[in-house]
Amino acid sequence: MNFYIVTLIKTGLIAVVLLTFCAYLVWIERKVLAHIQLRQGPYRVGPHGLLQPLSDLIKLVTKEGVIPANVNMFYYLLAPFLSVALALISIAVIPFGPVVEVFGVQTQMGLTDLDIGVLVVLAMSSLGVYGMVIGGWASNSKYSLMGSLRSSAQMVSYELPMAMAIVAPLLLVNTLSFREIAAAQEGFYLGFLPKWTVFAGPFPQAFSFLLFMIAAFAETNRVPFDLPEAETELVAGFHTEYSSTMFAAFFTAEYASITTICCVASLLFLGGWHPLWPAEYGSDFVPVVLFLGVALILFFHAAQSVRARMWDRFTFPVFGLLMLGLAGLFLVPLLKPLLIPLFWFAAKTGLLIFIFIWIRGTLPRFRYDQLMRFAWLTLLPAAVVNLLVTGLAVALTTN
Amino acid sequence: MPPELTQLLPASVPLSWYLVLSAILFSLGIAGFLFRRNIITVFMSIELMLNAVNLTFVAFSYHLKQVDGHIFSFFVMVVAAAEAAVGLAIILTVFKNRATLEIDEVSSMKL
Amino acid sequence: MDALLFLTFAGIAVLCAINLVLQTHPISSALSLVGVMGSLAVLYLLLGGAFIAAVQLIVYAGAVMVLFLFVIMLLNAQAERTTSKSAMRAWVSVPLLFTFVILLASLIIQRAPAGAAVKFGEFTGGSVANVGRALFTTYLLPFEVTSILILIAILGAVVLARKEI
Repeated sequence: MNFYIVTLIKTGLIAVVLLTFCAYLVWIERKVLAHIQLRQGPYRVGPHGLLQPLSDLIKLVTKEGVIPANVNMFYYLLAPFLSVALALISIAVIPFGPVVEVFGVQTQMGLTDLDIGVLVVLAMSSLGVYGMVIGGWASNSKYSLMGSLRSSAQMVSYELPMAMAIVAPLLLVNTLSFREIAAAQEGFYLGFLPKWTVFAGPFPQAFSFLLFMIAAFAETNRVPFDLPEAETELVAGFHTEYSSTMFAAFFTAEYASITTICCVASLLFLGGWHPLWPAEYGSDFVPVVLFLGVALILFFHAAQSVRARMWDRFTFPVFGLLMLGLAGLFLVPLLKPLLIPLFWFAAKTGLLIFIFIWIRGTLPRFRYDQLMRFAWLTLLPAAVVNLLVTGLAVALTTN
Repeated sequence: MPPELTQLLPASVPLSWYLVLSAILFSLGIAGFLFRRNIITVFMSIELMLNAVNLTFVAFSYHLKQVDGHIFSFFVMVVAAAEAAVGLAIILTVFKNRATLEIDEVSSMKL
Repeated sequence: MDALLFLTFAGIAVLCAINLVLQTHPISSALSLVGVMGSLAVLYLLLGGAFIAAVQLIVYAGAVMVLFLFVIMLLNAQAERTTSKSAMRAWVSVPLLFTFVILLASLIIQRAPAGAAVKFGEFTGGSVANVGRALFTTYLLPFEVTSILILIAILGAVVLARKEI
């Protein structure tokens, strides 16, 4: 019975956190893009637009859901549901930290730990195509159909290099369970270089990491590979005909799959929740220093608030106090084993998500034939060679 | 689960249930293969039959406590993937030359 | 719990398979086939075949069926028209199919190994490690031959799909 209660609590917690994060990811993305383009981004709703996701949600839910004439109703309604369900499932196999003890209950941070965890993520990402394909086909519009044709071809093509880039670090860690993958990357070479697969011998997986990230951009249909929804050519691609909640479902699915794939990347290549340098050299104090720094900056700007931003004088100290509280939490010895791994995991994943947004603000879109040629003639051979070299290195060093 | 329900359902499933399921799926595959006249649907019925056979392999692999059945179904999947690639290319070519997917209309080899 | 899971997913599989046969539009048939494959993957998990379940989803549902959908959408395949001939076929064949299934089932129940029961968790030989070991030792030659088969299939597909034949 205990197991059911703990699992229910964890499921609720992860669902709430993930969905809230997906909503705020939109805000973060708009802010980062705006600052790249020397704009301010969302600013009206709440301090610095912080309540924008909430108002977006209210807007999307209360809008009229227009269902175009001559759509295939069953599949039209099925597609967004399928999309969001398949995008959210794979978070279940991802651990966010080691096994911890909370209130006397020993539990793992994360929903479950399968010994085929990596395969489950691959399977869900390959099934994720269906949401787009069905949605595009059922909409009965040429733009949607073109978008979904492109997406199915693109995702099937990029799955191959992605799978091969995943297999290479798996050769080093010898397991398919995410928990064991992260556990295998614990420890340091020479006392300071972490044993993450990007650094690990016999063949550091930095190149696989690069290949994986490129394929991940294509899998999640992000710039520069967002051909399925190229708005200059296809209006909005496969979700052209969707509005209201159904559009929100597609949106959530996209951001959930970005989050998942960044979690997978940080687990496979960046050592999961293991810190960048040993705790003896004070890696435990990184979050404290970080949040303290943020709090100080906030206090400074509150004191020096620009005239045009009157509200900063009142809101910044509040957020500064929040950050101080967070910094203090990381010093509580009872919470430390829980929060420190979570911090490192979130930091790595967040950094990767930031790279996703950064590249969206920087790179132009590929042309469609370039996209396919790149997948088959550049990425796939590179992944095969990388896999061969890794295999050879592993075979030569282990007996 | 309430206790009445657990008594109603057996704790373990007889192996024959899996085999019967496989037989039903296989028969439905045959039915689709014979009824449907769209080449692609016919092709999908063949895939359904292959899937049914795979279920038998895996079920017997459980019964014999050996991994070989899994290997067989793995090979079946590989062959199915190869078959799908070639088969769909053939369908594309047929469609290009005849502009139809009806299997009855592709009959110029008939006597 | 085992029986419940089996009955649920067997039911889904059979319903989807019936839908595959009955639907006239190829896209509906293809999606029903995906449903069959998904529920079969769950049944493989119940039978202790974790690897084969994952491969079922990745290769069959995720790649082969997407290829089918792609071709259906590319060719803009329309629903089949019903003809008088097809209606007659259905009248004749549905009873035949039923008899065939009942015969087959009774034969299986008669001949199936007595007392053989499937309980989840009793056989875990289908894990990735075990399948991999068998593939690369006992079945190494067939495994390598399949790679040649796939190569030939790729070449065949490229040649067929190229230009005019």
